[in-house]
Amino acid sequence: MVFTEQHELIRKLARDFAQKELTPDILDQVEETGVFPKEILNKMGKAGFFGIKIPKELGGTGADTRAYVIVMEEIARVSAVASLYVSSPNSLSGGPLQLSGTPEQLEKYLRPVVTGEKILAFALTEPGAGSDAAGMTTTAVADGDYYVLNGRKTFITMAPFSDFAIVYAKTDMTKGAKGITAFIVDMTLEGVSCGKPEHKMGLIGCGTSDIILENVRVHKSDILGEMNQGFINAMKTLDIGRIGVAAQSIGVAQAALDETIKYAKERKQFGKRIADFQGISFMIAEMATKLEAAKQLLYEAAYKKDTNQNTTMAASMAKWFASEACNEICAKAVQIHGGYGYMKEYRVERLYRDCRVFTIYEGTSQVQQMVIAGQLLKK
Amino acid sequence: MGVRVINDKCKGCTKCVKSCPFDAITMVNRLAVIGNACTGCGVCVEVCPFDAIEKTEGLASKIDIKDYKGVWVFAEQREGQLMPVVIELLGEGKKLAAEVGTELCAVLCGDQVEDLVEELYTYGADKVYLADHPELKNYRTDAYTKVIYEAITEYKPEIILLGATHIGRDLGPCLAVRCGTGLTADCTKLEIDPEDKKIKQTRPAFGGNLMATIVCPNHRPQMSTVRPGVMEKAKYEPERKGECVKLTVEFKKNDIRTKIVEIVKKATEMASLTEAEVIVSGGRGLAKPEGFELLKQLAEKLGGTVASSRACVDSGWIDHSYQVGQTGTTVKPRIYVACGISGAIQHLAGMQSSDYIIAINKNENAPIFEVADYGIVGDLYQVIPAIMEELDNIADKN
Amino acid sequence: MKVLVCVKQVPDTNEVKIDPVKGTLIREGVPSILNPDDANALEAALALKDKDPSINISVITMGPPQASVMLRECLSMGADDAYLLSDRAFGGADTCATSTTLAAGIRKIGDVDIIFAGRQAIDGDTAQVGPQTAQRLDLPVVTYVQDVQVNGDTVTVQRQMEDGYEVIEVQTPCLLTAVKELNEPRYMSIYGIAQAYKKNITVWNHDDVNLSPEDCGLTASPTQVWRSFTPPTKGKGEMLKGSVKEMAAEVVAKLKEKHAI
Repeated sequence: MVFTEQHELIRKLARDFAQKELTPDILDQVEETGVFPKEILNKMGKAGFFGIKIPKELGGTGADTRAYVIVMEEIARVSAVASLYVSSPNSLSGGPLQLSGTPEQLEKYLRPVVTGEKILAFALTEPGAGSDAAGMTTTAVADGDYYVLNGRKTFITMAPFSDFAIVYAKTDMTKGAKGITAFIVDMTLEGVSCGKPEHKMGLIGCGTSDIILENVRVHKSDILGEMNQGFINAMKTLDIGRIGVAAQSIGVAQAALDETIKYAKERKQFGKRIADFQGISFMIAEMATKLEAAKQLLYEAAYKKDTNQNTTMAASMAKWFASEACNEICAKAVQIHGGYGYMKEYRVERLYRDCRVFTIYEGTSQVQQMVIAGQLLKK
Repeated sequence: MGVRVINDKCKGCTKCVKSCPFDAITMVNRLAVIGNACTGCGVCVEVCPFDAIEKTEGLASKIDIKDYKGVWVFAEQREGQLMPVVIELLGEGKKLAAEVGTELCAVLCGDQVEDLVEELYTYGADKVYLADHPELKNYRTDAYTKVIYEAITEYKPEIILLGATHIGRDLGPCLAVRCGTGLTADCTKLEIDPEDKKIKQTRPAFGGNLMATIVCPNHRPQMSTVRPGVMEKAKYEPERKGECVKLTVEFKKNDIRTKIVEIVKKATEMASLTEAEVIVSGGRGLAKPEGFELLKQLAEKLGGTVASSRACVDSGWIDHSYQVGQTGTTVKPRIYVACGISGAIQHLAGMQSSDYIIAINKNENAPIFEVADYGIVGDLYQVIPAIMEELDNIADKN
Repeated sequence: MKVLVCVKQVPDTNEVKIDPVKGTLIREGVPSILNPDDANALEAALALKDKDPSINISVITMGPPQASVMLRECLSMGADDAYLLSDRAFGGADTCATSTTLAAGIRKIGDVDIIFAGRQAIDGDTAQVGPQTAQRLDLPVVTYVQDVQVNGDTVTVQRQMEDGYEVIEVQTPCLLTAVKELNEPRYMSIYGIAQAYKKNITVWNHDDVNLSPEDCGLTASPTQVWRSFTPPTKGKGEMLKGSVKEMAAEVVAKLKEKHAI
């Protein structure tokens, strides 16, 4: 087994936390208002959810990828949007800093993110550069001790309320991927603004918007990593991110399966439980088996990461398979719930909407297939 | 006390294996083997057709149990008033004493509480042991334990019943350890074995999932705390008299190690659930704390009070004193209206002996309907107003 | 100052099911948890340590070897040491025998200022082991504690009553049993879990705590389970049909008919 007793205690912590804090009332309220309660974020920070893999010296807990997967899975099982808040500091926003930050940058930017005091966004995608990140048009031009940034980043999770953002910009227009540099941008700097929050299909309660950069002057001490090495930083970050999305996927899929089993045993039609109809029971068998397969792929990828093996392919396989499986499982869950599944009163309705983005963000399923194929066929 | 298999007699029929409530018996080479999980309950002894399982003597006691006579009831008083449970204990104690063929006594501690002695006679006490002392005004563990322990040593009762109140559940365990005897908590049923005249104490365990009948064969007194609201109240006989035995009460310095600085009563009205004739109880299905306002309206119309399942107490919607169930209060009102309560076993344990149970729940498969006399599948926010309207209609007609 | 917390690993009785045919408990799939009231007891101790980090907190339990996971949980929440009283001889103990074993363990640890315990465990709901342990150690006890203030040797507590509370003063050493209103137990933290596995759990058998086997477990229990059975359920009644208005009218009519209202 890839998990130790210590991991099981972490699972218990995350499960208890999710059950006690993320009550149906609170989640309904988040869905209605689009605002996630700050108190719960503070409690998450205290429990160590924001710095799972970050060393103790920087305020983290020094645990491993499997611990991260477990927390993501258990939180997502109760609330997908809550898991987004866990994933951000651990992967997309904390990741670039951890990979390339100087000791001063780590102290200044990473520590407050780990404790939950500050929020940091990851700004890579642009209106014209999604899967093709290297095709970005945001520019950074040197001017004395400063770089002047111009451009527009889009679909940036948490942008509307973030304190800092990691912004990737072209510093050498003549080159593609090799001309990109990462900057840490204070969101209060002159020239930084956010677009209006997007109306999303799911994951309500975590604002997403554009970040607009108009002649923003960023000091060179806020360059993250080496010049023109930003793309590698971004791609490595996405590697961790994929494991996180896979974990979200199995958490949400587990919730869908749990709800469905409960419903199928309760709901009676034609004088018997719908679970007693083979058409329904076979669907449930399929859901459970796909979920189990996704879990094994993910746990294996996390284990590889923890034992310093190459995880590029394993992470992509886990992300692709788990997110697609999650979508199938949630679709079946709604189907088995029938008309009720289409109503907001039933949990599966939200699960179905929340999971749709899992096959899209942090590398679409098709990009994952490209990565996997690339690894297999590179020689 | 445990059980033992007599190998020569065992035929390997497996009847004991199937009957064991604790799955403690296995068959090895066609012989029954008693495993770790055995609690010595003795079910197997009775079912064995070959008399191949016998009870073994357990903890032998140093005392002669024949010296112990009489049923005692702890006459818990607060501010000079007997607690309602005392009257219930006297009612139950009377039955037990009659079956054993002994007297019913009350043991009363307090300060200037002599007038309660008469009251205890009128509810069936043949004898009252009275400890009257300023230090006994309010309950304190050390003081009450000392006085009652000394009385037990001197007068040797064979059975002691205490109310399972916050006081009885504090005093009982302390007395039991002092006397070196056993105590069974929160009993819901007491009976005397007609053969050996020993008491059988039945109580819920495992959150109400299991009932256990407990015996205390070799130690005296046999002690039980009894849940308030469970036993029948004693009959009031105004002319009845009895005998009062005054206990000597002496305290040395350091005998009493706690000091009561202040007694604070809750400002909100006290939920007297055990006394209520009608209870309108709410669960998670209320969906919001304000739902209790609606329940209160219905309760008022029916002349009752509101109560709650554990879920609402845990959510902080209502004070814990309103909680019905295994970890709350046991109730048996005339009418119990369960609104939006799914009916977890731990809740059912506290209310299923109500006369009429009406369940209102959206989920037609909620377990509460399994115990309900009348089940209504529907939204309580529609059903309750409809019931109130109907009650008004009836009232108008009369 | 040294604070000791008595804890118990219990099956989550909310998850327990009964085999309707055999009438036995289905323990399979039922998680074992730290008894809820004991979590409040531990939190009370940890809250004292928050104010005065020099306080040492030990947790003690009697149970099978598997109870060590629950002790790790206590260590993860912030306890310093853990003791596990584990021995075949302790099996089958009633509350009386359990308190003998716990008291022996506590004597062996020695010099404890405050002992916290949960009011009662959800598998038995007896509320006996706390006060019984105090009696055996000859310590003053306050049960149903809903508030604790420590001032030197004096502990001021609120003892919950059915209709309010009493403010009680007691000197250390003493034993207090906690109710859930006392506090909100903290979560473990991921860092705490990592630290917990660096701490030691001391395991003691009957010899280690100077008890003879006759003083432990089933043989030292005055009470015995004579019989266990699943509670009889009241038979299912009538499900009313029709519109909300019709059902409301019917239920009122039925209650009227039975002279219940």
